[in-house]
Amino acid sequence: MLVIENLHARIGDEDILKGLSLTVKPGEVHAIMGPNGSGKSTLGHVLSGRPGYEVTAGTITYNGEDVLALETEERARQGIFLAFQYPVEIPGVSNMEFLKASVDILREHRGEEALDAVTFMKRAREACTLANLDHSFLKRGVNEGFSGGEKKRNELLQMMLLEPSLAILDETDSGLDIDALQVVAEGVNNMRNDTRSFVLVTHYQRLLNFIKPDYVHVLADGRIVRSGDASLALHLEEHGYAWLDDEVA
Amino acid sequence: MSQELIDERIGKEYSAGFVSDIESDTLPPGLNEDVIRFISAKKDEPEWLLEWRLEAYRGWLEMATPHWAHVDHEPIDYNEISYYSSPKSFEDRPQSLDEVDPQLLEVYEKLGIPLHEQEMLAGVAVDAVFDSVSIGTTFRAKLAEAGVIFCSISEAVHEYPDLVRKYLGSVVPRRDNYYAALNSAVFTDGSFVFIPKGVRCPMELSTYFRINEAKTGQFERTLIIAEEGSHVSYLEGCTAPMRDENQLHAAVVELVALDDAQIKYSTVQNWYPGDANGLGGIYNFVTKRGVAHNRSRISWTQVETGSAVTWKYPSCILRGDDSVGEFYSVALTNNCQQADTGTKMIHLGKRSRSTIISKGISAGRSSNAYRGLVRMSPRAEGARNYTQCDSLLIGDRSAAHTFPYIESRNPSAVVEHEATTSKVSDDQLYLCQQRGLDAEKAVSMIVNGFCKEVFRELPMEFAVEAGKLLEVSLEGSVG
Ligand SMILES: Nc1ncnc2c1ncn2[C@@H]1O[C@H](COP(=O)(O)OP(=O)(O)OP(=O)(O)O)[C@@H](O)[C@H]1O
Ligand SMILES: [Mg+2]
Repeated sequence: MLVIENLHARIGDEDILKGLSLTVKPGEVHAIMGPNGSGKSTLGHVLSGRPGYEVTAGTITYNGEDVLALETEERARQGIFLAFQYPVEIPGVSNMEFLKASVDILREHRGEEALDAVTFMKRAREACTLANLDHSFLKRGVNEGFSGGEKKRNELLQMMLLEPSLAILDETDSGLDIDALQVVAEGVNNMRNDTRSFVLVTHYQRLLNFIKPDYVHVLADGRIVRSGDASLALHLEEHGYAWLDDEVA
Repeated sequence: MSQELIDERIGKEYSAGFVSDIESDTLPPGLNEDVIRFISAKKDEPEWLLEWRLEAYRGWLEMATPHWAHVDHEPIDYNEISYYSSPKSFEDRPQSLDEVDPQLLEVYEKLGIPLHEQEMLAGVAVDAVFDSVSIGTTFRAKLAEAGVIFCSISEAVHEYPDLVRKYLGSVVPRRDNYYAALNSAVFTDGSFVFIPKGVRCPMELSTYFRINEAKTGQFERTLIIAEEGSHVSYLEGCTAPMRDENQLHAAVVELVALDDAQIKYSTVQNWYPGDANGLGGIYNFVTKRGVAHNRSRISWTQVETGSAVTWKYPSCILRGDDSVGEFYSVALTNNCQQADTGTKMIHLGKRSRSTIISKGISAGRSSNAYRGLVRMSPRAEGARNYTQCDSLLIGDRSAAHTFPYIESRNPSAVVEHEATTSKVSDDQLYLCQQRGLDAEKAVSMIVNGFCKEVFRELPMEFAVEAGKLLEVSLEGSVG
C-alpha cells in the first residue's frame, strides 16, 4: 500500500508539490488528471527518486517502508515502476540486454530464481507481441530512434517484463493512435490483480473507457483538489478544469 | 558507506596490483654505453646487435623528448631507471616450463594466466615476459609442427639470427622517435613470431607482460613476420603492481605482412594507472607499426584502460596494392589518467583501404585524446579511408579531444571522417536506476554498448575480459 501524506517538493527554488496526500491500496487503479504543469510528472519522479527533487515536508511510505529513505534503484527493487512521459534513449545498449539486466536484479531481489536465457527470450518475445512491437525491437538500442508511439509501447513492454507491484504510467496514452491505446489498455488490464496497483496519469477520458479506474483525482497547483469515481473524468472531459478554480477559491 | 565496504572497493580497483616477492638480479639505475654492453653481454648477443643498440643509443642522445602529445607529466630522469631486471632463478636459464620457478608460475596464475599447458586456455599459446626476461612459451612443440616459430626475441636472436637481422628495425627504424630509439638501445625481451608461407597459425598467440621490480623500466620488443598468404592472430596483455613512483614502459612492436598475409594484433592494456589522486602508475610510451604488402591485411585492436600516461599510435604502412589497414580502439581514462592515442594510416599502394574506429571514454578528471593521421600518397590511386571517432564523457570534470590529420595528395582517394561526442546523461542513469540497476552497473552497461563495435573485433574469450576490465576501471566514476 502506498501512502503519501502532505507531500511538499521543490525543484531548485520552485515549489511544485504543495501538500499532496494520496493513498493507493493493493489492487486499486487510480487515475490522476490535471492541467499542464500542475505537478503530475513531478509526483511520479518524487515517488521513484529522481535526483534534483527536494522533499521539504511530508511522508511517503510503501508497504510500511519509508520510501524517501531509499535510493532510486532500491525503490525500483521494492516494486515501484515508472513509465516515463518522455523516455530517454540509450544508444548501443540493446533493449534485450537492458531488460535482462533489470529482470535479473529485480528477480534476485524478490528472491526468485534467475531466468535462463532461453526462458527470458521467450517471455520477452511474448511481451513484445502483447505490446504490438516487432521482435526486432529487442535487438535495437533502448528507445534508439523509436517513434513517439513506439517509445510508449516500449515502456509497456518493460512494465510487463518487470512485473512491478506499483506501476505509475505517466501519460503512456499520449501520442498513441487508437489501436495502440487499446494495446496499452489491454496490457494494464491483463496485469491487474488483487495485489498490484496502478496510478495512471492521463489527460484523456477515453483511456478510462478501456481501463476502469477505482478513483479519479484532479491535481492542480501541486495538490489533489478533487477526488471521485470514474464519472469525475467524464465531467472533466465536458467542463474542463475552470469550474474547479471557482470551487477551490 | 561502512569503512569495510570502502576498503573493499578500493582494494578492488586494481586487482593486478600485487607485488611478488621474487629475488631478482637488477642492474643499478643509470643509462650509458656500459649498461647497454652489459645487457647485450647478459644475453650473449652477437656483435652486430651490440653495435645496433649502441648506434640507437647515440641517436637517442641527440634527440629531444616529444612535446606535441596532449599529456602533461613530470620529466623522466632516465638515470633513475634500472634497465635490466631478471628473476634470480634465471641465472641458470630453465630449459623448459617445468624448470621455471614455481613462484613465478604462481604470479601468472594469480593474474589468471596459467602457464602449465594442461591448464591453459584451449587453443592459446602464451609467452610470458616478467620484467626484462621471457619466462617461457607454451605450446611450442605443437606450433613447430605447423612451422610456426613463437619464442622470446632473445632466443630468436640466437636461433634465427638471419630473420631477426633482416627484419629488426625494418618497420620502426632505430631513430624513428625518441622512445623507439631508447627501446632499440636497451630492449630486453619480447616475443618473436614467424609464420611461414601459406600457413594459418593453428592457435591464438599471446604474450603477457608484467613489470614487477620497483624502479625498473620495461622495454620490450616484438617482431611478427607473416610470410606470403599466412594468417596469425596475436594478443598481448599487460599488468604491473601498484607503486607510488611512475614506471616507464617503452615498447616497440613491428609487424611485417608479406603479400596476401593477415595479421591481427590485439592488446588489452591494463598497466597500473596510478591511484585516484594521480600518484604512481605506468608511463606507456609505445611505438607500434606494421607494413602491409600486396593484398595483405593488418588489424590493430586495442583496449586501453591502464597506465597513468599513454602515448601510443599503432599504425599501418599500406605499401602494397589492395592492402588493408584497420584500427579498432577503446581507450578509457578515469581519475587522473591521460591518454593520447590513435593511429596513422599511410596509404602508398593503389586501392589500399583503411578503417579507423576509435572510442574514447573519459571519466573522473582524466583527459583522453584521439590523434590520427590519414595520408594518401600521390600514387595511392583509388585508396579509401573511413574514420569514426566517438568520445563519451562521464561526469563533468573529464575532457575529450580529437585531432584528426588528413593529408590527401591523390585526388582519386576518398577520406571520410565522422566524429561524435556524447555524455552519459543523468537521465540515462535515472532510467537505469528506475529499472533497478545501480549507477555503476548502469555506467558500465552504457560504456560497453558504446564500445560494441570494437569488442566485436576481439577474440571471443578476450571480449568478455575486456568488458569486465572496463567495469573495474570505471569504479568510482559515478556518484
Ligand atoms: N527542472 C525544473 N526546473 C524548474 N522547474 C521545473 C523543472 N521541471 C519541472 N518544472 C516545473 O514544475 C512544474 C510541474 O511540472 P510537471 O512536469 O510535474 O507537470 P505535469 O503536471 O506533469 O504537466 P504535463 O501535463 O504538461 O505533463 C511545471 O511548472 C514545470 O515547469
Ligand atoms: Mg507530465
